[in-house]
Amino acid sequence: MSHGSAGSRRIYYGVFAALITLTVVTVMVSYIDLGLLNVAVALLIASAKASLVALFFMHLKGESGLVWGFALVPIFFLALIIFGTLLDTQLR
Amino acid sequence: MSAGEESGIAGNGRGYLSERGWRSWAFTLDHKRIGAMYLWSTIVFFLLGGVFALLLRLELLSPQAKYFSNHAYNVFFTLHGAMMIFLFVIPAIPSGLGNFLIPLHLGAKDVAFPRLNLASYWIFAAGFLVIIGSLVAPMDTGWTFYTPYSAKTGAAVATLSLGVFLIGMSSILTGLNFIVTIHKLRAPGMTWHRLPLFIWSMYATSIIQVVATPVVGVTFLLLAAERLLGVGFFDPSKGGDPVLFQHFFWFYSHPVVYVMILPAMGIVSEVIPVFSRKPIFGYNAIAYSSLAIAFIGFLVWGHHMFTSGMSPLANTIFSFLTFFVAVPTAVKVFNWIATLYRGSITFESPMLYALTFIFLFIIGGLTGPFLGALATNVQLHDTYFVVAHFHYTMMGGTVMGFFAGLHYWFPKMTGRMLNEKVARVAWALVFLGFNLTFFTMFIAGTRGMPRRYAEYIPKFHTENVISTVGSAILALGILVMMWNFVQGLRKGAQAPSDPWRSLTLEWRAASPPETENFHEIPQVADWPYGYGTRKA
Repeated sequence: MSHGSAGSRRIYYGVFAALITLTVVTVMVSYIDLGLLNVAVALLIASAKASLVALFFMHLKGESGLVWGFALVPIFFLALIIFGTLLDTQLR
Repeated sequence: MSAGEESGIAGNGRGYLSERGWRSWAFTLDHKRIGAMYLWSTIVFFLLGGVFALLLRLELLSPQAKYFSNHAYNVFFTLHGAMMIFLFVIPAIPSGLGNFLIPLHLGAKDVAFPRLNLASYWIFAAGFLVIIGSLVAPMDTGWTFYTPYSAKTGAAVATLSLGVFLIGMSSILTGLNFIVTIHKLRAPGMTWHRLPLFIWSMYATSIIQVVATPVVGVTFLLLAAERLLGVGFFDPSKGGDPVLFQHFFWFYSHPVVYVMILPAMGIVSEVIPVFSRKPIFGYNAIAYSSLAIAFIGFLVWGHHMFTSGMSPLANTIFSFLTFFVAVPTAVKVFNWIATLYRGSITFESPMLYALTFIFLFIIGGLTGPFLGALATNVQLHDTYFVVAHFHYTMMGGTVMGFFAGLHYWFPKMTGRMLNEKVARVAWALVFLGFNLTFFTMFIAGTRGMPRRYAEYIPKFHTENVISTVGSAILALGILVMMWNFVQGLRKGAQAPSDPWRSLTLEWRAASPPETENFHEIPQVADWPYGYGTRKA
């Protein structure tokens, strides 16, 4: 895979710009009172940024199914710890 | 003719041990040397952790605190737990024996990332140096670091946390290295269903290491933020929740008991067929049960918190899920016993320890459901019953598996044979001492003796005296074993390539193996458990 061609450089700059934009959006949204939705929006934007980093900067986009599997499996475990903890804290 | 002779590799050299001098060890990229460094380090901490255990047992000889202050007692059980868990049981088999054996089992020259492997060891070394540094204000929280006490004690919690953080980082890198190695460096013909079962167990272990360990790392960072910055993640007066710490801690620390036990199960799966001269029974069931244990192990962390004020629904669900762990575990035990059935069993020291694993682990395993059930858990929580259950699984299981592995692979690792008679004497002392020490704890626990106290009411005196006598016998057995290892290294008989007539690939290499293991990468045409079905 060529990481240094003009095309891929354009993609990297584009992703970088998107990350900066999303960071600005995160800060701006924090000034708007959405109640609990503030957390949801912040997490959503953070997830989008993490996905961009994984897909382009870490080259997940062109990887095999096995590598995708290893990248996605931990998301299940993240969901598990959030679900298991909420099962306790929200129902005490 | 042995397999080693078949492959044309002489077993009379010093192999990977040829090079001398500290640089040859400190900068080595050879997985075998790195494995040996892990083994030496972890055995030192095992002995040190054992000394703390003996001090605890000494104090418990009498109902009243006699030799140490209550604070010293708290420090001793914290250091015993922290050293045994983080510096011995977690790294000993995966990083020690695993590093040494995985490439040899796969027919590879080394692990996938040798430099990362060396970095893992030195990060581990940095971790244990930091942990030793924390002794200036030794921890007294217990190895579980529970808040709120750990957030406010004057002990060096942040330092010890940093040490454990580094150990965890090392563990993640090792696990990652092994996963890639197992996927990419298998010898030609080594399909997944021809892998030795030790490799299956190491694969499952590595996945847990990679997925679970970051959680405890982050948890310790949160604890450090709590102590140093007063953030309040776990402080109710600031909107935090101390039980949240327990959720995070056990999300790692329960799966990690399978990081401890699965590799030992892998060793038992290797040793039983060799000394029964029979093919392993239920290869696929044993292989896939390793993955099942790793997965189910992630679903049950809440069973450590039944008395912590968790919601009733969460208690019920975690209790229900806990019982599922018993299924794949029992699958392994039944298959080992079925392998023994009508085998030509011999009782060399590795086999004695493997059989001891099965015997003790069954007791440890069967006492688990008492703790997994909500009603009995409330009665038994924080009593010596828990201490006994834990030691029957972790010492009776993992440590006996580790001893089985050390005796089994000692000729391969060192090129020397052990004195078998001395090994059996050590085994007898260990077996007797272990059961005297810990079985009495089941009795004391069911009679209501709480753990982690320096003093107790006189009605528990008899159990404690028996337990302390047992611990002395156990310590003597381990000393005899260590003496045997040292004598074996110094003047043990020269080991042939394959002294046990085993079929896994490491026995095709010389004893000890050369730097890149094999002169030619072996071709694999069959599974490695065809005992009794061909000339083996």
